[in-house]
Amino acid sequence: MVQELRYLKESPSQTAGPYVHIGTMPHEAGFEVYEKTFGNVLAGPETEGERIRIEGIVYDGVGSPLRDALIEIWQANAAGRYNHPADRQEKPLDRAFRGWGRSGSDRQTGLYFFDTIKPGRVMGRHGRPMAPHVNFWIVARGINIGLNTRMYFSDEAEANAADPVLNLIEQASRRETLIARREDRGGEVVYRFDIRLQGEGETVFFDI
Amino acid sequence: MVPVDELIMRDRNIHPPAFTPSYKTTVLRSPRLALWSLQNSLSEITAPLFGHEEIGPLDNDLIRNYSQGGGEPIGERIIVHGHVRDENGRPVSGTLLEFWQCNAGGRYRHVNDRYIAPLDPNFGGCGRTLTNDEGYYYFRTIKPGPYPWRNYTNSWRPAHIHFSVFGTSFGQRLITQMYFEGDPLIWRDPITLTIPDENAIKRLIAPLDLNAAVPLDTLAYQFDVVLRGRHATPFEN
Ligand SMILES: [Fe+3]
Repeated sequence: MVQELRYLKESPSQTAGPYVHIGTMPHEAGFEVYEKTFGNVLAGPETEGERIRIEGIVYDGVGSPLRDALIEIWQANAAGRYNHPADRQEKPLDRAFRGWGRSGSDRQTGLYFFDTIKPGRVMGRHGRPMAPHVNFWIVARGINIGLNTRMYFSDEAEANAADPVLNLIEQASRRETLIARREDRGGEVVYRFDIRLQGEGETVFFDI
Repeated sequence: MVPVDELIMRDRNIHPPAFTPSYKTTVLRSPRLALWSLQNSLSEITAPLFGHEEIGPLDNDLIRNYSQGGGEPIGERIIVHGHVRDENGRPVSGTLLEFWQCNAGGRYRHVNDRYIAPLDPNFGGCGRTLTNDEGYYYFRTIKPGPYPWRNYTNSWRPAHIHFSVFGTSFGQRLITQMYFEGDPLIWRDPITLTIPDENAIKRLIAPLDLNAAVPLDTLAYQFDVVLRGRHATPFEN
């Protein structure tokens, strides 16, 4: 006999179901409860950095948009620092930027979007800087455990080429699924990031 | 030099796989290619933090937070309480919990829910709270009813409350569901049964907790949540 290891076990995941908006964004379910709700606008008037919009659609295996998904993003500030005590990089914190937001996909079109700022580069493992990126987490009816992925920026080709995470992905064509296309839309900068859950062009998801 | 504690690897054997055909919606919404395993960087170790000033005083009281003119919802009055810990057994304090549920008749207050059961004018069905320094949380609500859903023609969800938990690392983010002790529908539910491990399912079943009941007023159930743990030894970033 040996001693038993004393670890608890993680609670198993369950799907967020079709009504995830009730608990996370009740206004999108059609009613108001909270004084302060969380939403898809990350950048306030005081926030440092280049204003950008991130938008896209999450598609299922036959190319239909998910219209009941919840998408959350988590990102560093314009200087490349996360607003969290575990980030001890010597870079300025931005008090006007939490770096987190959530968006439901539109009930008709499936479009999600975030109004945020472009993040700076964050130091990766072994002193290798990562290219600017935004971390995504996607849940919905029919998704049994939240899906993690990352969005990179099409206008950061040089940084992307040296990014330690993108370089883990063996097939160059699959790396492309993580790169959002920059568009200028009447003075507004929009990055288009569609997510394909399954089939041709399936987005790379990470076990983090 | 950033010493931080990495998360230990997620044990995928206790979680439902993405593709579980008996829960039909997963068929088209499950990735078919392998996940790429990623060692933690700051992107996975950090996470959003929330403050008490963001939470309203009635946010954890579903009996009163959607009351219309002082009325209360119909149903069994219950307290749900417990601890949020990590796999190392340490309390996860100050973390945001969000919960949502249908009313006592099994109907959600949602534009897409057209079940025949009536809406309860005094019940919204959502709440949220932050854990205290010991990782403890509680909220008050009414017991949700079971409801039918379109999977097989006669599929019914057991009574359940949906939970969303943040933790302190983005890699700990979790959504799950709480079930109620003694519900015969649990072991017939295609969604519960996506979890391959019977013992893992049992960890989602909240026991009745008479010690926490309010006599002559409210029953109680205890529901603990465990998030991913951390390596004992720090790594240098
Ligand atoms: Fe439900």
